Amino acid sequence: MQTLDLADIELREMNATLHAQAETTNQTAWEIVNPKGAHAIACGIDAPIEVTVKGSTGYYCAGMNKQATINIKGSAGPGVAENMMSGKVIIDGDASQYAGATGHGGLLVIKGNASSRCGISMKGIDIVVHGNIGHMSAFMAQSGNLVVCGDAGDALGDSLYEARLFVRGSVKSLGADCVEKEMRPEHLELLAELLEQAEADAKPEEFKRYGSARELYTFKIDNAY
Amino acid sequence: MTDTFNGAPHTAPIQSATFSNPVNAEIRRAAATGIYDIRGGGAKRKLPHFDDLLFLGASMSRYPLEGYREKCETSVSLGTRFAKNPIELDIPVTIAGMSFGALSGPAKEALGRGATLAGTSTTTGDGGMTNEERGHSKKLVYQYLPSRYGMNPDDLRRADAIEIVVGQGAKPGGGGMLLGQKISDRVAEMRNLPKGIDQRSACRHPDWTGPDDLEIKILELREITGWKVPIYIKVGGARPYFDTTLAVKAGADVVVLDGMQGGTAATQDVFIENVGQPILACIREAVRALQDLGMHREVQLVVSGGIRTGADVAKAMAMGADAVAIGTAALIALGDNDPKWEAEYNALGTTAGAYDDWHEGRDPAGITTQDPELMKRFDPIEGGRRLNNYLKVMTLEAQTIARACGKNHLHNLEPEDLCALTLEAAAMAKIPLAGTDWYPGKPGTSY
Repeated sequence: MQTLDLADIELREMNATLHAQAETTNQTAWEIVNPKGAHAIACGIDAPIEVTVKGSTGYYCAGMNKQATINIKGSAGPGVAENMMSGKVIIDGDASQYAGATGHGGLLVIKGNASSRCGISMKGIDIVVHGNIGHMSAFMAQSGNLVVCGDAGDALGDSLYEARLFVRGSVKSLGADCVEKEMRPEHLELLAELLEQAEADAKPEEFKRYGSARELYTFKIDNAY
Repeated sequence: MTDTFNGAPHTAPIQSATFSNPVNAEIRRAAATGIYDIRGGGAKRKLPHFDDLLFLGASMSRYPLEGYREKCETSVSLGTRFAKNPIELDIPVTIAGMSFGALSGPAKEALGRGATLAGTSTTTGDGGMTNEERGHSKKLVYQYLPSRYGMNPDDLRRADAIEIVVGQGAKPGGGGMLLGQKISDRVAEMRNLPKGIDQRSACRHPDWTGPDDLEIKILELREITGWKVPIYIKVGGARPYFDTTLAVKAGADVVVLDGMQGGTAATQDVFIENVGQPILACIREAVRALQDLGMHREVQLVVSGGIRTGADVAKAMAMGADAVAIGTAALIALGDNDPKWEAEYNALGTTAGAYDDWHEGRDPAGITTQDPELMKRFDPIEGGRRLNNYLKVMTLEAQTIARACGKNHLHNLEPEDLCALTLEAAAMAKIPLAGTDWYPGKPGTSY
């Protein structure tokens, strides 16, 4: 286990060290101590390494992650795992706004709650939230899967494209063009797989699926207001 | 029309200046379709512009440089504030961001070729970076947009600079729309969306909301790219003093300021013509902001929106810009709106010079299209050559003016070299009205 202590080194040195890890590195286990809410921790990694952050993080932790598995042993600030390409990010606590925003791939697991705009503009990422999510989540979500074991706030999936949304609890309101859809066997299978990967204690049958009504896909005046 | 009708005195029919024929036609079109007009390009209305300024030239009190022989430098460094590798350009005319999707792959390639030949940079757009564009652009600026279409850390790291787009002159506060006709398989794949559907580009970023957040976003982008490349912030011409101040506060290396004449691929006509300010009104306010912060020339200012000639370049720089960007003019240099396609423009219900339905993907010149047959009409090598020629002419023109003003570098041009032809231009550009030493709002005067 390699340790990077943010009480001793600057953010730049910490990230540069992680960025220097190549595909074939044998130093695969890293821990970051004393994060103290710093921003941009462990962003831009592109290597199959495991990074454990011992504490809570500021904005954009694990941003644009590729390949790495990043465990946050605390809560995460806004934009955690934004634009993630691949790999896995697990947050033991809660996540602030924009968790997983624009993510293209990989798996984001939030064991607590996520704030507003979770999965905004997601582009292929899978997100599993053990708790609740805030308003405007999955706004303009393009593809990927958002699984919410708790409740969802207002305007879920507003202006949604092809992302699939699964919610176990209540949905305060659906956004424009977001509708409840039939849960077919392939969705149950997918959900079971995601729940298992995220170690979430829930059954696929307990969820409802939401998706795009595809009414906004072609510009027409009836949708312009 | 005579002043009699059926032999009797008669008042001649008078067309309304308010309800003119074009206005009435638009009312009828709206009534018939229920849809507002979407088009490409920038503001078409007549605006106070660089044409309303003149250079004074050297005379008894100023010493000119010999027009062809004496050195007049044109180079510029962009991104000297924080980046390890600022962009070094031979000329201060850059190519503005235009997307693959709005433009064809070969058109993007031609922009890269022309810019590289001329020693300047080109810029991606909403839709990601293509290999053609990267491969043919020695200096490529990668736009970081609200949609994040195609955004990935690999392209971020192979960019020479990053331009965070907060707004653009054609539509400050507005998003974009790429209509389904232009969503080919390749465009759809790059944007992670189904083929053929209309693609909306959000008007604001998904993971930050204000300058304090943006400062942290810039930190993240710098960390991901190892603090190597400059980070620009692009804003539309809305509140240039405050926008520039906040961009500097957020940590920009370069501020890109785009006036309402700057083009877009597709937006509502009402937005293009009624929101934002002409670039003439924006430059001095942005420069004032930089000067107030002690950052003029430290943070470079790139201005765009209606730049057409070397005279426009020189005037923008005399007002304090470090460089300019061109978009519409570059497309025209490539062959957009060329009268040789007049018959086809007519068939689309328009005429050469007025064609602006770029979003429909039926561009006869094969530039703003994804139609494989139309794209064949455009040769990227020839297009690159034409763009290079045009950029060289602009540079020579700007040098000619600078030498006449006694300047051995375009950056040495200054407001004192200019006068304004109209009160409006004098007020907006804070340049004295010709024949006077005064402009409206000049400090120390009561007007």
